[in-house]
Amino acid sequence: MPADFAWIRPEPWGIHVVPADTWIDPARAVPHALVTHGHADHARGGHGTTVATPETLEIMDLRYNTREGAVPVAYGETVRLGGGVDATFLPAGHVLGSAQILLKHAGERVIVTGDYKRRADPTCAPFTVTPCDILVTEATFGLPIFCHPPIEDEIAKLLATLRDQPDRCVLVGAYALGKAQRLIAELRRAGHDAPVYLHGAMERMCRLYEELGVPLGELRPVAGTPRDAMRGHVVVCPPSALNDRWSRRLPDPITAMASGWMRVRQRARQKNVELPLVISDHADWGELTGTVEEVNPAETWITHGREDALLRWHQLHQRRARALALVGYEDEDD
Amino acid sequence: MEKFAALIDALVYTRGRNEKLRLIAAYLLRTPDPDRGWALAALTGSLDFPAVKSSTIRRLLMERVDPVLWTLSRDFVGDTAETASLLWPEPAEATGAAPTLAEAVEHLSRMTRASVAGELASLLDRLDAAGRYALLKLATGEMRIGVSSRLAKVAFADAFGVAVDDVEEHWHGQAPPYEELFAWAADGAPAPDARHLPLFRPFMLAHPLEDASVSLDEYAAEWKWDGIRVQLVHAGPPGETGETRVYSRSGDDITRSFPELAAAFQIPGIVDGECMVRGSHQGGEEGGAASFNALQQRLGRKTVSRTMLTDYPAFVRLYDVLHWRGEDLRALPWSERRRRLESLFAELPPSHFDLSQIIAAGTFDELAQIRARTRDDAIEGLMLKRRDSPYVAGRRAGLWYKWKRDPLLIDCVLMYAQRGSGKRSSYYSDYTFGCWDGDPDAGAELLPVGKAYSGFTDEELVRLDRHVRQHTVNRFGPVRETDRSLVLEIAFDSAHLSKRHKSGLSMRFPRVHRIRWDKPAHEADRIEALRALVRD
Repeated sequence: MPADFAWIRPEPWGIHVVPADTWIDPARAVPHALVTHGHADHARGGHGTTVATPETLEIMDLRYNTREGAVPVAYGETVRLGGGVDATFLPAGHVLGSAQILLKHAGERVIVTGDYKRRADPTCAPFTVTPCDILVTEATFGLPIFCHPPIEDEIAKLLATLRDQPDRCVLVGAYALGKAQRLIAELRRAGHDAPVYLHGAMERMCRLYEELGVPLGELRPVAGTPRDAMRGHVVVCPPSALNDRWSRRLPDPITAMASGWMRVRQRARQKNVELPLVISDHADWGELTGTVEEVNPAETWITHGREDALLRWHQLHQRRARALALVGYEDEDD
Repeated sequence: MEKFAALIDALVYTRGRNEKLRLIAAYLLRTPDPDRGWALAALTGSLDFPAVKSSTIRRLLMERVDPVLWTLSRDFVGDTAETASLLWPEPAEATGAAPTLAEAVEHLSRMTRASVAGELASLLDRLDAAGRYALLKLATGEMRIGVSSRLAKVAFADAFGVAVDDVEEHWHGQAPPYEELFAWAADGAPAPDARHLPLFRPFMLAHPLEDASVSLDEYAAEWKWDGIRVQLVHAGPPGETGETRVYSRSGDDITRSFPELAAAFQIPGIVDGECMVRGSHQGGEEGGAASFNALQQRLGRKTVSRTMLTDYPAFVRLYDVLHWRGEDLRALPWSERRRRLESLFAELPPSHFDLSQIIAAGTFDELAQIRARTRDDAIEGLMLKRRDSPYVAGRRAGLWYKWKRDPLLIDCVLMYAQRGSGKRSSYYSDYTFGCWDGDPDAGAELLPVGKAYSGFTDEELVRLDRHVRQHTVNRFGPVRETDRSLVLEIAFDSAHLSKRHKSGLSMRFPRVHRIRWDKPAHEADRIEALRALVRD
């Protein structure tokens, strides 16, 4: 790595912007944090100041009640961090409010993508390709076996199952922030106007999405709904509730899961999933490698996921790359 | 092929046994010959395409994708066929219609080691990812879809409304695609005649006794010997020389490994017994069987040298008789079959046959005491057989029980973990553990003594997997070396001297008995403790 980039240092607990003493997505409380998006492994409470997009701050506030020290920054807006470092937030296309963070210092440009994807998503702004010297990328699905199919196909599979077994419901496990809302928005786009039933843990986040301008159609809580009323309908819950006692109140549910991991049969089997839906909010192999080619950085840093394979790809394509050993990022629920 | 691929996929994701039966039966009912027969053969593991191996697939892929990326992907997926189906580069233009299942089987069976690379590739080019998965699973014969051969036969019986015992009876001797069998079950044609063929009959098996107790008036007790269960069959057309075959518990023909047993069994009949090797130092008065270790020298051999025959002489300890001189005895009660066995035993050469003894015990408590006193390496425990039980295929509740002796236990320290495959792919589920070679507080080292991949619950597996990931000190491909911090209480059946391990010791059937999250590693057992349990 060029020595010039000593101002930005990957540490086990996050990426440290040294001259500004600011951390990106730190895994523990710090005086100054920049947060790429609202997922729990990136956005933690307790920082002195938290710089993030207004949507991410709303999401964080919903989860941790963290109004204090919140500094909203809109997409495209630049903030001075001190120590001669500027930060610009750019859309990452991962979930509502998710951002890449472009850092500039002494003419050098570093982009931290956070989590991202390149596919269209009706619930968030699309990823923008921005030139930089160092691209700090995720690699959750960094293996060539991962190729997410068009989401329309997966939604059609879900709706066909619903039609074929009208006496049952389809219970979809989906991450409560982002995946659930994208799934519902895509169902609406496919013309599915029926009410969607929600696990209690989903309700507030869905409401927040709607308040922030993402319409989701008619949503009803599972709690208090008679079993028979849910036959032939879609029920959405967090993945952890799929095999939980909670689901016993549902009418003979068909267990589905919306996740990029569903591409691998044995992964679906491990989760007792009957209807795997390969839907991911992360970049697949083609998106990861395509993004590196488009952004064309002098060097790629890989934060978390299947970094070995992505490193190998860089080697095969004569590109510079290194893996950062960051702790605390979880990716199993996507 | 699409329908077969869809069946395989549906089976992968279906949990319930009844739902699996329904899916297979529905497929068999709506699919014509010969496809349904090939599918049944695939589900029962009856197909073998010698030219296609896991290594063939690996080589094929390595020519098309970077070897490092292949290996990383294969490690993650935990299944060669699935990895290949996902990584196969789709041809730019369509290359012809997808093959039918029968066409695929025909292609596969024609392939030779020289032609496989080209022919398999062109088949794969004609399929989508699900089709490629089904084809590769079919080709390598490892379906891993949670369907046993028995379940497939039950589904076949369900589909056509015939008895599964009849299916088992007529099954052996039939070859895929089983057109005669389908004609019998589906169209009421006469059952295939197999009287004069030396065919395998499914074994009668036992349930574990667990905590129950039984009355010895109703049940007889025998030792459960620690060899391999075998079935000897001699049959032939009337007036001609018959043929003898030796079958293993799974129905594999192992005659070539035990030619002396086949030669010694020349009367038309079928007997069931334990194949062991003679040994002078074990179970003295019963006729001297060596431990399983000695028998292992004889297993899996295609040819047996004269030295092998002299150094490790095999014999059969007879448990039961199914057929004798043309008479089917399976419907008789056990006590009557036993009487027949005792008298026919006199017709067999004592050099290669003896009789499993009935244990004399008045009461169940007395039997429990006998079991508790037994520490013989050739004895695995006790068998309890209902005196009026017919000889029926498989495990039938209440008829036969196995009552294994209590396992030996030792505290070991986790050293290495490897990712599992199939349902456990991505989990670190295979554990290598060791004992201290001295005082751990005085710098002693761990010596690996065994490997276990069972005995824990799914919840414990998740926790063990997390432990491995958080305590990794070294990585070697799919294997991680962990720090020496976790004590595993290992249960095993017996300890043996071994040249394979650095410790010079090996365990039979080790499994994780308890995970001692509470126990400091330096309090785990030393190697002497395990050595003291060796009875070789």
